[in-house]
Amino acid sequence: MTTDVEAPPPAKESPKEKEEGFLTLFLKNLWSANTVTVTVLSIFLALVVGAVLIVVSDSEVLGKFAYFTSRPSDALEASWTLISGAYADLFKGALFDPASFQAWFNGSGTWQAAFNPISETLTYATPLVFTGLAVALAFRGGLFNIGGQGQAIMGCVLAGVAGFAFHLPVGLHLLVALLFGVLGGALWGFVPGFLKARTGAHEVITSIMLNYTALLFLGWLILQKGVQDPERSDAISKTIATSAELPALPAPLRVHLGIVVAVLVTAGVAWIINRSSFGFELRAVGVNPPAAKTAGMSVAKTYTLLMVVAGGLAGLGGATQVLGTADKLTAQVAGNIGFDGLLVALLGRNKPWGTLFAAILYGGLRAGGNLMQVDIGISLELVTVLQALIVIFIAAPAMVKAIFQLRAARSARLGASMSKGW
Amino acid sequence: MTNQVSRGQEIPLRLELRGITKRFGDLVANDHIDITVEPGEVHALLGENGAGKSTLMNQLYGLLQPDEGEIVVNGEAKVFRSPRDAIAAGIGMVHQHFMLVPVFTVAENIALGAEEIRGGPLGILDRRRNRRDVLETSKKYGLPVDPDALIEDLPVGAQQRVEIVKALTRDVDLLILDEPTAVLTPQETDELLSVMRSLAETGKSIVFITHKLREVKAIADRITVIRRGRTVAPSDHPAATLDRNRTSFSPDTPEDELAALMVGRQVSLEVSKTPAEPGREVLKISGLVVDDDRGIRAVDGVDLSVRAGEVLGIAGVQGNGQTELVEAIVGLRAARSGSLELDGESLAGMGTKKILRSGVGYIPEDRSLDGVVKEFSVAENLVLDMYDRPPFGNAFKLNPKAINESAAERVTQFDIRTSSPASTVSTLSGGNQQKVVVAREMSRPLRLMIASQPTRGVDVGSIEFIHSQIIHERDNGTAVLVVSSELDEVVGLADRIAVMYRGKILAIVSPDMPREEIGLLMAGITGAEAAAEPEPEEETE
Repeated sequence: MTTDVEAPPPAKESPKEKEEGFLTLFLKNLWSANTVTVTVLSIFLALVVGAVLIVVSDSEVLGKFAYFTSRPSDALEASWTLISGAYADLFKGALFDPASFQAWFNGSGTWQAAFNPISETLTYATPLVFTGLAVALAFRGGLFNIGGQGQAIMGCVLAGVAGFAFHLPVGLHLLVALLFGVLGGALWGFVPGFLKARTGAHEVITSIMLNYTALLFLGWLILQKGVQDPERSDAISKTIATSAELPALPAPLRVHLGIVVAVLVTAGVAWIINRSSFGFELRAVGVNPPAAKTAGMSVAKTYTLLMVVAGGLAGLGGATQVLGTADKLTAQVAGNIGFDGLLVALLGRNKPWGTLFAAILYGGLRAGGNLMQVDIGISLELVTVLQALIVIFIAAPAMVKAIFQLRAARSARLGASMSKGW
Repeated sequence: MTNQVSRGQEIPLRLELRGITKRFGDLVANDHIDITVEPGEVHALLGENGAGKSTLMNQLYGLLQPDEGEIVVNGEAKVFRSPRDAIAAGIGMVHQHFMLVPVFTVAENIALGAEEIRGGPLGILDRRRNRRDVLETSKKYGLPVDPDALIEDLPVGAQQRVEIVKALTRDVDLLILDEPTAVLTPQETDELLSVMRSLAETGKSIVFITHKLREVKAIADRITVIRRGRTVAPSDHPAATLDRNRTSFSPDTPEDELAALMVGRQVSLEVSKTPAEPGREVLKISGLVVDDDRGIRAVDGVDLSVRAGEVLGIAGVQGNGQTELVEAIVGLRAARSGSLELDGESLAGMGTKKILRSGVGYIPEDRSLDGVVKEFSVAENLVLDMYDRPPFGNAFKLNPKAINESAAERVTQFDIRTSSPASTVSTLSGGNQQKVVVAREMSRPLRLMIASQPTRGVDVGSIEFIHSQIIHERDNGTAVLVVSSELDEVVGLADRIAVMYRGKILAIVSPDMPREEIGLLMAGITGAEAAAEPEPEEETE
């Protein structure tokens, strides 16, 4: 032992340090204690459990297990065929199908068919990149932005309205519509940020509430005169002008410019976190608000601005959904992108590039799930189950850790001299 | 010093630690430590923060298990799996942070964990017997405690007495006191020392962990010095005074010699400085009233003035409003009334950032919470308050090159021991973390420097350095305000001392005033002979 590489400094028990509750500890661990290994193993475990579910949900294969003891090969063979078929479809639907590539080379198929799986994956991934970043960035500043869904919906609404209500030249129209999307999300992020900064209202509660507000507002808005499609009687808006659409590859490919924007924005967020003054502030506030305050930073201002930026990101995600994929506002236009963004950020370990890859993985599962459903009739719900399982396997250690950290904190108070270092 | 050790050799040793070794990963916290504690002696365990004292005592108290070596109690090797085993073997410990339940009475706290129960394992608490036990122990050892008082109503010194009584009711023969004087006033410290002496006279042995040389010299029968996880072998220091068995140091060893043994090199304990040359009035505080977090008045009408080129020290037991006073000056806490002026300009409503940038340096008292962001690198911590100012960056972006270059420079200049400026601050020792704060605050032009507990939890070597930096700043014409609960530090640094008690400045005195009199003031006693200056505005020099 040398004096320069010393151990924990004498950790004074500070009265200012609030005791952390189980929820906070759990959430913290959930996002921070997760390593690449854990993520990869979680995905693997999810696939294993998913395989069991595939077998159990197929009555035909299950029937073969009835005489398992007399002829085990029947049951095992059938299970293997089913599972390998399902996961092969998942792969083919998400990345590429060798058969369609062969067809393209032979001239019997089109290049569009060959690239369709990737295109689908990226299409699903695009909005998730933005909503994932909205969560990841806020987390780096110490805030749990559960309001990504509401912020994305408001992004959809404003971008959509700007898309069909304005008449502007090509290019400019798109830019304005995207900007409106950012504004909508930023507004929905500002409210919880401002409330947190001013009154200390917990952002989790306020942003969840705003999710409902946004959804109900959207539901109301698309039935209003001037917004609702005059030729339809159901809840659907006018179609946005082609000048506001995100340019896409030729049909039937759906992937659009949004994915390029997503990559650029990811780089931008990485820059903000690591290289900008605001990023320095938010990282300081995120890990030690009292020290940030003592150094002269305004914690309140940082919280507010952070939520505005995070909201803007989610709003942009909503905008790409409307301007790239949907082209109309419906009650379900935002789907589940806000909530999926939470899981994507979790999987991406709150790192910008990690979030991008996690979003693509999620998009891939979704795209592959479509093929799986069409091809061998396994419900798309299995994909949701797989996504949920991945999260559970990542979350379970965090939960266990949270429980044990609470224990440790309690016993530390019994043997406080242990916490004094040595 | 009475020598309790010289009792007959036929009495078995109470405690022997043989070759205790404890590793944490690559770090060897304790490296073959041998200590012998004789019955009825006060054995001081002296060492810097991080030397391995607490690790050693945690093993003795069953909180940690040694990797090697054995603990021998009365000639019998013991293994302590938990504090329960240690207590059963007659070893008790009073922790630095008290383990008391504030809303319980003294008797209830003492009974906690060893409750007297009537009528089987599920019986009822025998409160009367608990109370009687407490009173008996208290009387037997001359430690007055009121068994019915609530802990939260007691002053810190009395709480500590409760802890000692609690250990004694467990019938321990050896009592470990871990930095017991850190929270006490000078008077309470004297009281504790005499309690330790009388306990030793009844045959109890006491292991006294500390880094304060004055106390060691006042009370210890023998001294073991631990440095970097090892006991400093007396055989290597023929010049030092040894005790009879030649296994440890005698309290007759001079203070500077003990300090050198602790640090491993010669250190100067005195702050060397020339007389101050006070200039213009930089900070003027008038009628300042500040509330604490609970809305209770913490600063109650303080008038103070700090001049350029002088150090004003604020002495006082912790919790008498010093924290709130300082936080009000730097804009972290709103004042109820009164005024704060920096060179005639009001600081009211200015905000911390503006105040810091108008030339105020601030070393906060709670380093790990307010001083540094532990997850950040040394370089980032060095610009924590200047990251958006050239050359380190602007309102939009940082300039990593300038940040890293300046960090490398300041790491050398302020002797920050780190493997690289890019290492996170959490890997640094307390003293080096504090040097990061000092380096940050002293690298810009200052008019006023506020140092709150500047050397708390800092090793002796770094204390010397930080003190010299503070005096250096003073000599550059900066007004310096030092707040410390260590009277030695205030006396050593200050040109004038303001004694703060219950939110008020009781008196402004000269550092040459006898320590006992300042101590009385810190305890709120303003006798005619204690108050040197009736007018707080006047200087004593």
